[in-house]
Amino acid sequence: MAQDLSYLKETPSQTAGPYVHIGLAPGAAGFDIYDQELGKDIAGPKAAGERITVQGIVIDGTGSPIKDVLLEAWQANADGVYAHPESDGEVEDGFRGFGRVITEFETGEWSFDTVKPGPVPGRNGTTQAPHINLWVVARGINLGLNTRLYFDDEAEANAADPVLNVIEWENRRATLIAKRTVQDGKIIYRFDIRVQGDGETVFFDI
Amino acid sequence: MKPAEYYQRDRQRHAPALTPDYKTSVTRSPNFAAISLENTVSEITGPRFGHSDISPIDNDLIRNYAADGQSPIGERIILHGRVLDENARPVPNTMVEIWQANAGGRYRHKKDTYLAPIDPNFGGCGRTLTDENGYYFFRTVKPGAYPWRNWVNDWRPAHIHVSIFGSGFTQRLITQCYFEGDPLIAKCPIVQTIPDPDGVQAVTAALDMNATIPLDSIAYKFDIVLRGRRSTLFENRLEGN
Ligand SMILES: [Fe+3]
Repeated sequence: MAQDLSYLKETPSQTAGPYVHIGLAPGAAGFDIYDQELGKDIAGPKAAGERITVQGIVIDGTGSPIKDVLLEAWQANADGVYAHPESDGEVEDGFRGFGRVITEFETGEWSFDTVKPGPVPGRNGTTQAPHINLWVVARGINLGLNTRLYFDDEAEANAADPVLNVIEWENRRATLIAKRTVQDGKIIYRFDIRVQGDGETVFFDI
Repeated sequence: MKPAEYYQRDRQRHAPALTPDYKTSVTRSPNFAAISLENTVSEITGPRFGHSDISPIDNDLIRNYAADGQSPIGERIILHGRVLDENARPVPNTMVEIWQANAGGRYRHKKDTYLAPIDPNFGGCGRTLTDENGYYFFRTVKPGAYPWRNWVNDWRPAHIHVSIFGSGFTQRLITQCYFEGDPLIAKCPIVQTIPDPDGVQAVTAALDMNATIPLDSIAYKFDIVLRGRRSTLFENRLEGN
């Protein structure tokens, strides 16, 4: 026997369940209780950069949409700065970089508006391509799933991205690339997430 | 000093993605292993909130949805504790959010169709920021057990869903808080996704007589542990931050 290392252990995760909206987005659960819900406005009105809409659907192993999913987004601003003291630089007044996204209950479609992030520093002097960090929770998901959304119009930066390059299976990297279209003058990036099966999205243990 | 990395997540502490006795996980669990990612600025940073984001009443579920002069039906409880990291250091100023069924086991949610009644004076959600010592508390009513469609006759033990941010996106956690002594804990396929008994104990709040409010509310203590951070004994290699 050796001395006891007195570290604590992380509290085990449990599924967010089907009623996650009550706690995290009560308006969607059907009632009005908070003056302001968290994560409604990701970029704020003063953020520089390209205004974009990200939309998608989360699909289960049978090919069906997961309608009770909740996503959280975390991103840098157009200068590649996160709204956090450990990120070098300043963000615009009102830029939070955090979003909470819920689906249309009937279809499972979700979308959010933000600004396109800039490249951010990577480890050891590298640069990471522009990306949005996403965290997916739902009934049936025991531990939230972390993934990243990259942009298909950043091919050169994506090719050099140190995280995409960690993915040994090059064909799976495409699951992290959102597709840009312009509809009625709005810039839309489509990003479907497949939690299981054909074209399964890459998830990260971060 | 360069910001430090977080300890790798102890995956054996958590349920695997596929837990067939909890049936919904069967089609919602990735087949491929998650790819290990060393921390970058994208993971060590995370959203921060302040008192301007919430109202002081948000942590009082007995009052935050009740009509004036009324209160929800049920056993009045205090749920309190500290948010710590794996180094046993408090996590201050972090957002803790909870949601729960009412005393009859019914959620105020348009998708919940359980026959137990909605309580007109109970919303079922609350939120608060930990103080400088990582301490938080809520006042609420004890939720009821409720049936759910998994096996034919499954019942969830009384529980409160808890969401915690921490200071980096890697620390983000959602869990559930159960109550000491509930015989349904051992029978619940969701609780039993947790691999070991020590983990089940860690999500079970203890009856805390010292924190009760005599003649008013009984108390349960629920400490939460988020991932810890390395200390930077030597210059580490997490550059560019
Ligand atoms: Fe529940």
